[in-house]
Amino acid sequence: QDLSLPNGTPVDTSSPASSSSLLNRLQLDDDLDGETRDLFVTVDDPKKHVCTMETYITYRVTTKTTRAEFDLPEYSVRRRYQDFDWLRNKLEESQPTHLIPPLPEKFVVKGVVDRFSEEFVETRRKALDKFLKRITDHPVLSFNEHFNVFLTAKDLNAYKKQGMALLSKMGESVKYVTGGYKLRSRPLEFAAIGEYLDTFSLKLGTIDRIAQRIIKEQLEYLVELREYGPVYSTWGGLEVELSEPLEGVSACIGNCCTALEELSEDMTEDFLPVLREYILYSESMKNVLKKRDQVQAEYEAKLEAVALKKEDRPKVPTDVEKCQDRVECFNADLKADMERWQNNKRQDFRQLLMGMADKNIQYYEKVCGTA
Amino acid sequence: MEDCLAKKMEITVSEAEKRTGRNAVNIQETYTAYLIETRAVESQSEGQCAPVDSLWRRYSEFELLRNYLSVTYPHIVVPPLPEKRADFVWHKLSADNMDPDFVERRRIGLENFLLRVASHPVLCQDKIFYSFLTQEGGWKEMVNETGFQLKADSRLKALNATFRVKNPDKRFTELKHYSDELQSVISHLLRVRARVADRLYGVYKVHGNYGRVFSEWSAIEKEMGDGLQSAGHHMDVYAASIDDILEEEEHYADQLKEYLFYAEALRAVCRKHELMQYDLEMAAQDLTAKKQQCEELATGTVRTFSLKGMTSKLFGQETPEQREAKIKVLEEQIQEGEQQLKSKNLEGRDFVKSAWADIERFKEQKNHDLKEALISYAVMQISMCKKGIQVWTNAKECFSKM
Repeated sequence: QDLSLPNGTPVDTSSPASSSSLLNRLQLDDDLDGETRDLFVTVDDPKKHVCTMETYITYRVTTKTTRAEFDLPEYSVRRRYQDFDWLRNKLEESQPTHLIPPLPEKFVVKGVVDRFSEEFVETRRKALDKFLKRITDHPVLSFNEHFNVFLTAKDLNAYKKQGMALLSKMGESVKYVTGGYKLRSRPLEFAAIGEYLDTFSLKLGTIDRIAQRIIKEQLEYLVELREYGPVYSTWGGLEVELSEPLEGVSACIGNCCTALEELSEDMTEDFLPVLREYILYSESMKNVLKKRDQVQAEYEAKLEAVALKKEDRPKVPTDVEKCQDRVECFNADLKADMERWQNNKRQDFRQLLMGMADKNIQYYEKVCGTA
Repeated sequence: MEDCLAKKMEITVSEAEKRTGRNAVNIQETYTAYLIETRAVESQSEGQCAPVDSLWRRYSEFELLRNYLSVTYPHIVVPPLPEKRADFVWHKLSADNMDPDFVERRRIGLENFLLRVASHPVLCQDKIFYSFLTQEGGWKEMVNETGFQLKADSRLKALNATFRVKNPDKRFTELKHYSDELQSVISHLLRVRARVADRLYGVYKVHGNYGRVFSEWSAIEKEMGDGLQSAGHHMDVYAASIDDILEEEEHYADQLKEYLFYAEALRAVCRKHELMQYDLEMAAQDLTAKKQQCEELATGTVRTFSLKGMTSKLFGQETPEQREAKIKVLEEQIQEGEQQLKSKNLEGRDFVKSAWADIERFKEQKNHDLKEALISYAVMQISMCKKGIQVWTNAKECFSKM
């Protein structure tokens, strides 16, 4: 592809990062306005597959789009967790200057959690759906080639194998871990982001622990309530005039139990996973910050090396220029993504916490109604 | 129908005070004294209040009063005292008798006890009770002078009667079973309720941690900061609200406890009936035996095996004079026995009649009181829910401003 800047200067497109980030700057940022959105992705319909070697779940991924990059306006494919994991790795590799959304945790302790229980599958489905929607909303990531294949290919495995072969043939490492370069000091704004992420994930961790503790206490409260209600019934059996009010109290406590169970379930299935997602998000973001540091370190080192050679060269060597480009692109991409992330985070947490408040209100309303 | 004391006199247990003094075995001890205040209710309201009389009593004196009333009026379901030691506590409540919350609840319980006695149609007329309320010095001596301790039935005697009685009134047997079951079910209820309270306390208090972490988080946020901070405040309010809620519930538990102890009073009346009935049956049995003996002596036939028969065979028959004397003694005893039996029968029937009247009165009181208690418990729960809705609605609003 021949890309040129608006003023006509040809651009070096050998480094994938710079080309996509230029595309980014030239493209309209349309993820905020629903009306201009031209790509819709949904994850639903989980199905269990039992094979000789293993049992696993697949999810249906439905795509609706008017984008030219897609051959058809609609697609429907089935994908399993492995495929999402593959996609994420590919995105990290090919778009190292961007923040890639997190996936729900890969490994689950087999004894403790039932991987095939309705609740677990549903929680995972929601997280996978969120994952794809975040990519869809991203002005750069949503145009990624691997993402396109993920959404459209009938046989993803064939493409995966092909991709592996290509990679080893070309030997091109798109990784920015150029190794050995140590950054002297992180620029203020990125240092601030790093600090923010540290505190942020710390606080989320605390909230996660508090929420878990509350759920635990609620379940213990539930155990006692389950014994408490029937005693009123027993007493009601002894009495004549009092049997009605006693039965009434017993029934009321029973309803309280049901409502409480629902509240705890909701918190476990809807609240905790989102918290954990954001903690994972923060971790991966910190890694991207580190990569950025690496890129800057390499540039600074090369620049220094040139400055030390006292040859009079009229212009700066091209590879140093390339490094400078990389740094500037990385910084720009990262800043844009951070802004987007902050906005989304605010909305996500607003929704999450309002949801938590709502569920508690509903609990009390249910109990009130029967009292 | 004479007005009961409660209508003529205002009675309150208004204060509690820690005291130290020497007890019966001359050892220094700390105890709590309660101030009983009484005031006559004026029938004409002249805008002037009668003067308040007051005196101090300690728990052991209340116990003495109750024992006296139980022994003196065995056909009455005597109101119970509040518990001697804190029972059915959950972790926040203290089991210490000196704990101010316990003392306060006991004060209320003692006042309740006095009001119950004062509104009882029979008990309120008792002079010892009146003196308890009005006469500070010399009351203990007065009680002991009544010699009521002598009238008290021994526990062993009562137990014996319970096992051996043949024909108790069926209603009392049923009532005894009812009070056993009532005692069992209320105990169970109070135990579980204490655990429920404990757990609920835990749930509310952990929410307080949200307050702190939201505050810390808000410090690093720009737009989200205010919303988080104020929501955190509401979480603190939520966590603190449980203290008042559970305090109110203790009052409900106390109401249940009163009827737990009332079950014991019911049992006491049943036991008295069994004792009297057994006594009656024994007296009747004794009388029959004596009549039989008399007949045997008179007719010279020995129908059943008896020591008399044996000794007659061994040592020879007694003289006719001896026999005459014996018959005469027996006839006297039989006459006495018949009188006694008659009066015991009468006593027994009177007891059953008056006891059952009081039991009916008690049943109505119990149904009324417990219904009210259950309703107020339901109201408490509704109020707790409304508070919860309020707090979370406030928090939700704060979140919406994030």
